[in-house]
Amino acid sequence: MDAILLQVLNGLDKGGAYALIALGLTLIFGTLGVVNFAHGALFMLGAFCAVTIREVLTLSVKVKDESVTFFEAFKEVPYLELWLGETGKTIIDWSVPISILFAIPFMLMVGLVMERGLIRHFYRRPHADQILVTFGLAIVIQEIVKAYYGANPIPQPSPELLSGTANVGAFFGLGDNLVYPLWRLVYLGFALVIIAIVFAFLQFTTFGMVVRAGMADRETVQLLGINITKRFSIVFGLAAVVAGLAGLMYTPVLPPDYHMGMDFLVLSFVVVVVGGMGSLPGAVLAGFLLGILQSFASMNEVKQIIPGLDQIIIYLVAMIVLLVRPRGLMGRKGVMED
Amino acid sequence: MTKKSSDLSRRSLLKGTAAATAATAVAPSIFVPNATAAGAFRNDPGNSSTVTLGFNVPQTGAYADEGADELRAFKLAVKHLNGEGDGGMMQTMQPMNLKGNGILGKKVEFVTGDTQTKSDAARASAKRMIEKDGVIMFSGGSSSGVAIAVQSLAQEMGTVFMAGLTHSNDTTGKDRRRYGFRHFFNAHMSGASLAPVLEAEYGRDRQVYHLTADYTWGWSQQESIAKFTKSQAGWNTVADVRTPVGAGDFSQYITPILNSGADVLVLNHYGKDMVNSLTQAIQFGLRDKQVNGKDFQIVVPLFSRLMAQGAGENIKGILGSTAWNWKLSDAGSQAFTKAFGQEYGFPPSQAAHTCYCQTLLYADAVERAGTFNPEQVIRALEDHEFDGMGNGKTLYRGSDHQAFKDVLVVRGNQNPSSQFDLLEVQDIVPRDKVTYSEDTYPGDLGPYKV
Repeated sequence: MDAILLQVLNGLDKGGAYALIALGLTLIFGTLGVVNFAHGALFMLGAFCAVTIREVLTLSVKVKDESVTFFEAFKEVPYLELWLGETGKTIIDWSVPISILFAIPFMLMVGLVMERGLIRHFYRRPHADQILVTFGLAIVIQEIVKAYYGANPIPQPSPELLSGTANVGAFFGLGDNLVYPLWRLVYLGFALVIIAIVFAFLQFTTFGMVVRAGMADRETVQLLGINITKRFSIVFGLAAVVAGLAGLMYTPVLPPDYHMGMDFLVLSFVVVVVGGMGSLPGAVLAGFLLGILQSFASMNEVKQIIPGLDQIIIYLVAMIVLLVRPRGLMGRKGVMED
Repeated sequence: MTKKSSDLSRRSLLKGTAAATAATAVAPSIFVPNATAAGAFRNDPGNSSTVTLGFNVPQTGAYADEGADELRAFKLAVKHLNGEGDGGMMQTMQPMNLKGNGILGKKVEFVTGDTQTKSDAARASAKRMIEKDGVIMFSGGSSSGVAIAVQSLAQEMGTVFMAGLTHSNDTTGKDRRRYGFRHFFNAHMSGASLAPVLEAEYGRDRQVYHLTADYTWGWSQQESIAKFTKSQAGWNTVADVRTPVGAGDFSQYITPILNSGADVLVLNHYGKDMVNSLTQAIQFGLRDKQVNGKDFQIVVPLFSRLMAQGAGENIKGILGSTAWNWKLSDAGSQAFTKAFGQEYGFPPSQAAHTCYCQTLLYADAVERAGTFNPEQVIRALEDHEFDGMGNGKTLYRGSDHQAFKDVLVVRGNQNPSSQFDLLEVQDIVPRDKVTYSEDTYPGDLGPYKV
């Protein structure tokens, strides 16, 4: 029972990341009809917002290590600590959540520039062209990040207050020995909140209503005199923000490196296909579902029966779902069907 | 008819004489095995004033930083071989036959390739170097899978391969090749050096859970660590779980450890996988746990400073083994660290160290052999004993092409004095403690002549 609960939590946690990326992918696909292979790069850029802000917050006085003479070796004391003492330490400690403030406008700008500067030129082009150009863009972004930050992962600690473990066993009445990393629970909560905000935004605001109408019938909305293109550009920016925040908050779980977006991208596309192209609830549902299945497939008991299942489970499920429900779990008729 | 026949016969005789003369002139280099053909070999620099080496390192992918450091070391070695700079380890290595005028008086040039840490890409890159660029030797790499793949290519092509970072026992065990040489230590040596320290630090009769990268290096290391901790300290393996390379999130592999009854976790991971699995194991509170009345411990058998940077605070206090560390105080290590540090502004990694040594060792062997002929160079490297290169007296054993030298047991530094001071040397385990018999990992080197 303990093991099952932990694997469910693992799956939900991982599924949260999948769902957030898939949500953005679906939003872009549903509104602009673009298959955005650069979406993983946006996830990675969000993570590097956290890295950048931490670098800024930890700008330091360098105290030279005199025992080393062949090169510059030094111990760093951040200015914030020198100037503000404990307050400075606390600000650095909370660098990951603080970087959200920077990441939102930054990712919005990246999304808008990407859409206006490049992707809009490919709206009327075949999907294959869109995939090629966005995949190329992803590689360019990756290489820029690598050139500046290197290929090694860069650790981003979570705030001390949230870095221990939570006694989930006591919460579920399963004894005191069942613990789970606190930050992963925070991430799960964060993912659910972001998903709720996106849905609420689309459901309860005029902007959201227009976007949904545009997703359903773009031409009619345009005939009503609404500038749907402008709104869709903003949607692209919002999808970039969602992907960026998903990456940023994931940094304490997975030390970011330039390639992390690509690792998530392929799985997220499978999530979108399983959920149903263009279906936002489908993307979220499939994200969590596949996350949980992947966790269970990695259990020793399962691997003893079917070795290597953890490697193929997602694709296996995708095959079965597409055989039984060719449009995915919640796919709509007419999406990507000529 | 007869006359005609006679004419033909005379012409035939003339033609035959001409052909025989030509054949006699050409024959020694084509048909006669032990004449001048014996000296012919692939990419012979001949009378050229230069000789080309190939440096095949990961320039893209997860090990790109390690590859970049290897390349820096190679460039430094070439500089020193050509008589530029302060000479680095050429001031300390013994015996030393290098003169600072290239190799056998030929200026050293080099080409580079990208292994991408993929066997097929590494082989293609090495093949291009040998066939197109005409390299006489190639070196580098940051994975055992790659090393084994290009080593067999080296044998097929008859070009010497001086392996870079490769730690699997198989590289000089079952997959050893006559044309491949490994200066780096291996999983057996990690096990032999770590086990006594682990027993002293964490006691006997521990229950161990292994998470193992699912490829040749991971299997090899798991086997060696389990074997030595069992025989030395009576540690019992509770489970060995294979994890895919590049898994990213290891949470689903870590949660079963919590209730497995294990009180030690051994992470047979390297690079990014190690950074991720260690970070996540600590997030799951493993180091704060008490199991079987003992503090839970995590061991990382193969460490590198570049990995320690990625793991940040999580590496502090963790025990592991490493081939070399820039803080070593011997003359060879100091000479190399000084040369590298002054050139690039930071200390070299263990990958850089092994690649630098390999280049110098090859060049020295050529000087001793007096020829670039790989067969003679291989014989010069086999059973060659040297010193002054950072790991004490070292033997390149002829029977398996493994270098036997001192091994370092290190611990993640609790109080680093600088950004590079991430590992503290806990113990220097002497060569005789990590040396094993020739038949421990049987294999066939293959022929000298290919």
